[in-house]
Formats: sequence, C-alpha cells, structure tokens
Amino acid sequence: MESLMGLINLEHEHDFLNELTQTRCPAAVPFAGRYRMIDFTLSNMTKSNINEIAVFTKHKYRSLMHHLGSGVDWELNKRHGGLYILPPQENNQSDMSKGDLKHFCNNWDYFERNKSDHVLISGTSFISNMNYQELFQHHLDTNADVTLLTTTYNLSTEHEHCLKVDTATNGTVTAITSDKNNPHVFSGIYIIKKSLLAELVEKCIATYKEHFFIDGIIANLHRLNIQSYQYNGYSFMIHSVDSYYKNSLALLEMNNYKQLFPVGEKIYTKISNHAPAKYNTTSNVSKSFIATGGVIDGAVKNSLLFRGVKVQKGAVVKNAIILDDCTIEENAHVENIIIDKEVTVSKNQFLKGSEKQPFIVAKQKTV
Amino acid sequence: MKKECVTMLLAGGVGKRLGQLTKNLAKPAVPFGGRYRIIDFTLSNCINSRMHTVGVLTQYSPFELHKHIGIGKPWDLDRMEDGLTVLSPYMNSEGGNWYLGTADAITKNINFIERYDPKYVMVLSGDHIYHMNYEKILQQHKETNADATISAIQVPWKETSRFGILNTTESMRIYEFEEKPKHAKNNLASMGIYIFNWSILKRYLEKDAMLLDSDHDFGKDVLPAMLADGMNLYAYKFEGYWKDVGTIGSYWEAHMDLLEENIPLSMSDNEWLTYSHDSNFGPQLITENGKATDSLINNGCIVSGKIDHSVLFENVHIDKASSIKQSILFPGVRVGSNVVLDRVIVKENVTIPDHTVLVASPNEEPIVVSEEYVKEKLQPMEESPLLKRMTSNF
Repeated sequence: MESLMGLINLEHEHDFLNELTQTRCPAAVPFAGRYRMIDFTLSNMTKSNINEIAVFTKHKYRSLMHHLGSGVDWELNKRHGGLYILPPQENNQSDMSKGDLKHFCNNWDYFERNKSDHVLISGTSFISNMNYQELFQHHLDTNADVTLLTTTYNLSTEHEHCLKVDTATNGTVTAITSDKNNPHVFSGIYIIKKSLLAELVEKCIATYKEHFFIDGIIANLHRLNIQSYQYNGYSFMIHSVDSYYKNSLALLEMNNYKQLFPVGEKIYTKISNHAPAKYNTTSNVSKSFIATGGVIDGAVKNSLLFRGVKVQKGAVVKNAIILDDCTIEENAHVENIIIDKEVTVSKNQFLKGSEKQPFIVAKQKTV
Repeated sequence: MKKECVTMLLAGGVGKRLGQLTKNLAKPAVPFGGRYRIIDFTLSNCINSRMHTVGVLTQYSPFELHKHIGIGKPWDLDRMEDGLTVLSPYMNSEGGNWYLGTADAITKNINFIERYDPKYVMVLSGDHIYHMNYEKILQQHKETNADATISAIQVPWKETSRFGILNTTESMRIYEFEEKPKHAKNNLASMGIYIFNWSILKRYLEKDAMLLDSDHDFGKDVLPAMLADGMNLYAYKFEGYWKDVGTIGSYWEAHMDLLEENIPLSMSDNEWLTYSHDSNFGPQLITENGKATDSLINNGCIVSGKIDHSVLFENVHIDKASSIKQSILFPGVRVGSNVVLDRVIVKENVTIPDHTVLVASPNEEPIVVSEEYVKEKLQPMEESPLLKRMTSNF
C-alpha cells in the first residue's frame, strides 16, 4: 500500500504579524482562542494517518519547540515514526545549498530512511479542519507527480499574496501565477512522489537554487504531471495582520465555528491544565470565545479571549483578540485591538485601534 | 526497589447515596467541577505532594474509571520505576475474592506493597474534593514517632453525628474513637486519610484477616484494635476546604461552592494544579443571545441561552431562549430552545427537548436527568401561553 509522510516547511514563511511575530515564527502564533497556527496542519496530518512528520524550522522557533515538545499531544511520541523537528544545520562546510534546499540536503538521510513513497508538504498559513486522505487518493488515482491542494475564494486584498493556479479541464495544472483576478488559490499544501523530490532537490542544489517550490516545481511545470485537487470545505489563509484579525473574528459566527470545529473532528493542541472559564456576577459576554482559565467580571463583546485572561469589573473588551494570561483591569476599555500574552492593561486605560487596522500590543507589557 | 512511602488509593466504593450518578459508574469517576472527575483531586494531590508510588484499588463499575486513569499520564504518574498501578480484585490458586472492606483491599495487595519495601503506607480514598499536601502529614507522622496518623478536620458541631470523631490529648495523641456520636466531646472528624508504619500495619492486617466477625474495615476494625493495644495514634489537623460529595445534595452543594467569588478551593491555583484529561474541544462560544453569570463553562460549549449559577462541562450546547439556573450539565448535553432548568443535574449526552421545564424547589433534592428520565417523563410539549410567560420572566 502506498503511504504518505508529512513535512511542515517553515523555511519560507515570513514574519508578517508585526509584534506577534517579533519573538516567534508564524507557525507558533496563537490562533482561535486555544491553538497555534501549526496545530491545524499538524492535526489534519495526524487525522489523515500521517504518523511521521518532519518540521523544517528556520528562526525564532523557541516557542514552537516548547509548544510541540515530543509531539505527545498529537500522539506523535511513538516508537515508530512520530515528530522530527529539524532546525537549520551546518553539517558540511563544502555544502553550497541554500533556503529550504539546505534543509533537504542536510536531512536527506531522514527522508531516505522513511519507507513512504510520497511526501505531503505544507506550510501553516492555510487554516482548515480536513482529512488529507482524499487529496492523497486523488494523487494516486491520477498517477500525478505532484498534486496541489487548491480552493476557491471570493477574492479580497488578503489573497493578493497567494499563488493562483490555472488548470486544464481535466484538472492538470497549466500555470502557477500571482494573478490578482484568479480566485483559484493554491493552499501551500501539495503531495509529491519522494523519488521525484530527491531528483528535483539534487538538480536545484546543483544549480544554486534556494526555493524548492519555485525552482523545483514551478520551473518544471510543463515537464511534470501536476494535478490540482479542489477543497470546498471551510478554510482561509492567513498572510497578514488584516487576514489574521478578520478571520479570527469571523469564527464568532456560529456557522463558521461549527465548520472549523465540528463535534467529533478535533483539532489537537498542547494540553493545558486550566480550570473551566469562570463568569462572575457582573460579567456580560456576548458573541465571544472564552478559553479555559479565564475569569470574567467585565463586558466582552465580539472578541476572542485566550487561556487565563482576566477581565475585571467595569472593563470593556470589544472587537479584540487577547492572548494568554492578560489582565484587563477595572474600568479599562480596549477596542479593535490585538494584545499579545501576559499584558496588563491598567485601570481606566483607554486603548482603541481603528476598525480597519487593529492596534497591536507586544507581549509582557504593562500599558 | 525501595520507596519510603507507598500510597494506596481506595477507589472501589459504590457511592450508593449518589443514586443515578453512580448507576453504572464508580463514585471516583463521577464528573466534577466542569472538567474533572472526583478522583482527579486526590491523584493531583499525590503528584503535587511527590507521592509517586500509587496503587489505585478499584472494584465497582470500573470501566470508565480505568479508562480515565489509564497509566496515570495526566498526573505524570506514568513513571518508569514506580508510578500508578491499578489494583483490581483478582483470582489466585485458592480462588477469587472481591475486596470485602477497606482493610481487606489492602491485605489482598500486600505483595504489591512489599515490592517497594516501604517504611510507611498512606491510605487515601478517592471520594473527596480537597487540596492537601500529604508531605506535611507524613512529616508530622515521623516527628511524633506515631504508629498511625489520621488526618482530621473540624466540622460544624451540629454535623458531628455524621462523622467518626477523634478525641485527642493536647499533643494530638488519640485516646478514643467515637463513631457518629450523638453527643460529641469534640468536633474533629476523620477524613479517611491514614499513614501507617508498614511493619505494624502488616501485622494488624494479617491478624484482622483471621477474624471471622470483622468487617475488615480501617475505621471499624483495624484502628480500634490498634488503639486498644495502646499503639501511638495521632491526629493530623487539616485546615482548608474538604468536601465529601457523598449525596446528590452535597454533590450539588459542592458545585455551588465553586461558583462563589472567593472560591474556597481554587482549581486555577498555579501552586496546586488539579490535573485531568483534556478533551480537545474547540473554545467555548457565547453567542449574541447568550449570557453567563456566576458560572463555570468548559471548552466546546455553545451558549445561546442564559446561564446563571451553573456548571457546564465540555461540549454542552444550549439553544436560544433557554434558562439554566443552579444546574450542572455533564459533557455532551444538548438543551433545546425555551427550556427552563433550575436545580437540575443532567447526565452525559442527554438531550433535553424544546420547551421542557424542570424545577426543583430549594427544599427538594436536585433532579437528576438521565436518558431514561427523558424517555419516561419528558415528552416534547406544545408551547403554551403560560410557559411562554415563565420563560420570558426568567
């Protein structure tokens, strides 16, 4: 039986989230009340019976390592397979490879040891709750060299940075572009035959290339059998503060919530030991996420509160994303804002960003 | 391998007075506090007190309990050398026997204890809600050179007749036990937590096992026998929150205690965390029509109704125009629209149909709703004008 291994490639992910990516890579950015961005891809992989997963990290990966640990919370701490975090290395001084090709070069023995014939390669900016097995089946059925996971969006400015895909009627990919008017968006997730991956990596390194997808796949588009597989379930891409903020708040719509978190289709994350959220007498919460460990005495509206957030009496939280362990003190008012971890907003403070552009407070500050 | 102290956790009790809640479930496995099961408090105390060698004795309806405890992972008790061991009744060459009493359960596991060649054995029960550092009682036990130490708590005088009372000298040495006395001399009640010198306990257990008229119970048989022989028995005075959730009334009350603004037992105390499984549901969503006051709510809940003085476990959905007051909703409960619940406990995965009204008055025991209860007593009703008025005034 054909089998699949996973690779989460963070080499070319940019720190687009300003203060939120000051000290952590995008994969480790907290998202949706109790997760980090990487949890979605990682959980989708484990749910798809991908039990051997490598992560190419590039920089600012301390919080990512802390989050993933041995992979135990995704059941990846197994004797066979499991999670391999592969940080940048300088194994060989005569090695000329660059970018993610350096990762492949330094870790090729890992890929060789693995018995899977295909590799699912993913970033962390595509958020969905899905099973990759259908994509894999499509990849096998069409005998493709490469199969891209694509989806169709109502285009807005947040999709400007996404790659777009042109296909023939049979689904064969004919072009990968940055066409602003093409709604057929590449998710950043694809499956490739491992033998082909080896061949293309070798060629790219020999010609001093540094970006596997661009130099290995797009450059060879017409030589390869590249297929697309269209995903029609709920999903979005996060490439900017704007898309992070907008898509987070959109989860407060019940319809969206139920699609990303259907009962029985779990997204796994690092387990915490917080008590259930506590709503006190004066609390007034509507249309919001409250994560465990929260203690609410104030008003919270249209907001996402991560674990352990305290909102004291008389405080108002509106259109806000508040990360773990923040305290909003008495009578403070925060609106249109993203507040990173462990921030204290002091008594009577008034902080308001614009609706179009939320204000971001960096972590561990007192304001 | 030698261990100073082996902990034996009695988790086989039937919990008869919890009625419906323990119908197919051991009492230690009964859900508690919005995300826990009762035994989590004791197991968390063990790991927080660095008691790493724990035998859990199970007997009654153990399936859910075994599944929950597993190899002790949530409590970091999955250890290489010692850790958690589930000890169920077993057969041997002489046949099979159930555990007959608390002392008998320990007697039948002497081999387990001897494996670790301990100096002390601590006996706990998995039925109580409290935070306690067992290292402190062990320390007192050593300092007083006691043969046995019993943890005790001061209970209100009017309740002394419900407990086993310890009468002590000023130095806390016990000179008398009084089982549920009508006129107590003292209000120091035993919490069912004991530390023994193992060599002495072993002698008494072997002696007790030979007695035909013994109930093989620590409180009734073993400890009185030790006292009668003039052994050194001391009381350890525990101060803090401790609740025996033995009845539906006290179980419900303990939950209402958790909702006080100054919670007597903080589950979010970083110095003394309570550990449990995490069910990995999404965050809880309070919708535009939802409201929650004086309540504890866990992950995966979707609340479109009004919640007041209630505890919602994970994955509970409350539809619009429903009012939940002074109630406890177990994991997976679904509440339809225009429902009124007051002083109600709803069991796992039960669906309450639209327009249901269930109210227990303050002098009644809270209503426990199971699937059978819904089938027999709750048929979906037509919306009546009276009902409409009731829900809108809530």
